[in-house]
Amino acid sequence: MTLDLVIQQLVNGLIVGSFYALIALGYSMVFGVIKLLNFAHGDIYMSGAFVGLIVFSFVGVWVGNGWLGVVCALLVSMLAVGLLGVVIERFAYRPMRNAPRLSILITALGASMVLNGSALALTGGRHFAFNTDLGFAGLDVSAVHITYTQIVLVAASILLMAGMQAFVSRTMYGKAMRAVSIDMGASRLMGIDVDRVIALTFFMGSALAAGGGVMAGAYYGSVHFFMGFIMGLKAFTAAVIGGIGSVPGAMLGGLLLGLLEAYGSSLPFVGSEWRDVFVFGALILFLVFKPTGLLGRSVVERV
Amino acid sequence: MSDGASTLSAAPQPPLVRRSFLLWALAALACALALPHFANAYVTEVATTALLYVVLCLGLNIVVGYAGLLDLGYAAFFAVGAYTTGILTSEFGFNFWLTIPVAMAAACLAGIIIGAPTLRLRSDYLAIVTLGFGEIVRIIARNLDITGGASGLVGIERPEILGFKLMQVQHFYYAFLALALLAVFVCLSVERSRMGRAWFYVRYDEDAAAGIGINRVSAKLQAYMMGAVIASVAGCLYAAKMTAISPESFTFNQSLLILLGVVLGGMGRIPGVVLGAILVALLPEVLRGAGTYRPLVTAVALLAIMLFRPNGLWPDKRG
Repeated sequence: MTLDLVIQQLVNGLIVGSFYALIALGYSMVFGVIKLLNFAHGDIYMSGAFVGLIVFSFVGVWVGNGWLGVVCALLVSMLAVGLLGVVIERFAYRPMRNAPRLSILITALGASMVLNGSALALTGGRHFAFNTDLGFAGLDVSAVHITYTQIVLVAASILLMAGMQAFVSRTMYGKAMRAVSIDMGASRLMGIDVDRVIALTFFMGSALAAGGGVMAGAYYGSVHFFMGFIMGLKAFTAAVIGGIGSVPGAMLGGLLLGLLEAYGSSLPFVGSEWRDVFVFGALILFLVFKPTGLLGRSVVERV
Repeated sequence: MSDGASTLSAAPQPPLVRRSFLLWALAALACALALPHFANAYVTEVATTALLYVVLCLGLNIVVGYAGLLDLGYAAFFAVGAYTTGILTSEFGFNFWLTIPVAMAAACLAGIIIGAPTLRLRSDYLAIVTLGFGEIVRIIARNLDITGGASGLVGIERPEILGFKLMQVQHFYYAFLALALLAVFVCLSVERSRMGRAWFYVRYDEDAAAGIGINRVSAKLQAYMMGAVIASVAGCLYAAKMTAISPESFTFNQSLLILLGVVLGGMGRIPGVVLGAILVALLPEVLRGAGTYRPLVTAVALLAIMLFRPNGLWPDKRG
């Protein structure tokens, strides 16, 4: 591996990794609060990309296909898809809150399939181009060209995640979230509106996934109904690597997974077609040897 | 363990099958036996697919319905069986019947590799790991030379019984019917075995089950492996029937359809699962004109069942 390749893969890994991290964060937050593996999370990311594309093509008429358009698409999509997350929680997950775990998991799977199936039915399974006009200007490090877009994307996702961390650790609602994740019943007795806190968690997690979706759509220039499936799986892997339920863990796990994938698939004996096998292999190894992840606390199941 | 088991078996057991139900089941069996004689090739073909789903759903039911573990990559074990038969008959000239034990062993091994590390953890992890495993098996089948890559394997040998070669749709219909009956028999006997009772206990309350001395990890692993073996045998016969297999028969969607069959009729109950499997097999025929709306219909069906009839269309009256 030459130095150029190392730098190039570092850039690629950080970008993909920051998308993983954004989505892993939503997984982790929802899991932390209601101990539910939100299968629909990958499809929420996909919905975010589509809503972003729709907003972008409308707004683009007035403000052009540059940064302003992307930022508008990002904000509107985060808001709309955040609300979608709240709606899913209200109608699919809340009625099941006291059901056996197996039923909750299958319901989550159903919610995921409904989103995915709706996107397929509405788009007919076509790829849609997300044509942005962000330019290729950038910095040259050694022989590697890093565009400003790439730098802004990584910076924006780090900013979003830092904002989330500040919200969870500094605000009253963040404190309520942490309380609910430790003991839902006791939180209710302390006067916390648990339903509202759960709705808020879904809103924020979904908004982050939507943000990731819009950024990924704009960066790769293409949006597709199936884009959420593998993304959801990998974001989950990232959440496990970092320690599920932990906000900094999700960020760390996402970035590590992105780097692992970038360097792993450029090794001479593993081609890019084995990239996903590599990721799931990492997931299984982590579950065997360090199921609490790098930064997670061990989850004790109560009787 | 012995104390716990004796407490469990002390409960009075209802007869294996109730009498009125037995009559209905025999009538259904008679209809199933007679079907190819008055139905055309299309109907027989659809019925054969339905029987394939009956076998697969009964196998997944052991994992999901009995032991309460969510397996989202069940089609992978089906693929292990189909590819074992495909590779051994076409590349190594094996007799079809000899490939079945090899496929069962391969499925057991795969079940241990996936199950052993994850079954100690929360059931949510198992769901996502099996999802990943399903994808891995498909990617491997797509990228190896021995599995024929994306185009798959062709020219798989048709099986022979005492010099009689299975060729036509009707022959495979009866072969799948026999396999389905075998699967029902296995499920019936395992349901009331000591192992089956351990599964039910683990499903209802894992900690209480551990408290009375059930080794929950090995109980779950047994359920997982038994499900894997049933799917692999179905895969062997499927490969022989199709004579050609490709990775696209073993996607995540296939796993979802099998799961839908289990959930639709009623998890954990043999008649319910059989009904669900038949409905799932009829679904593509009914929705032939629906095109890209098909996955949405499947999804809404799954979600609606979970929200409004969580015990399935044909739940257990005994509660």
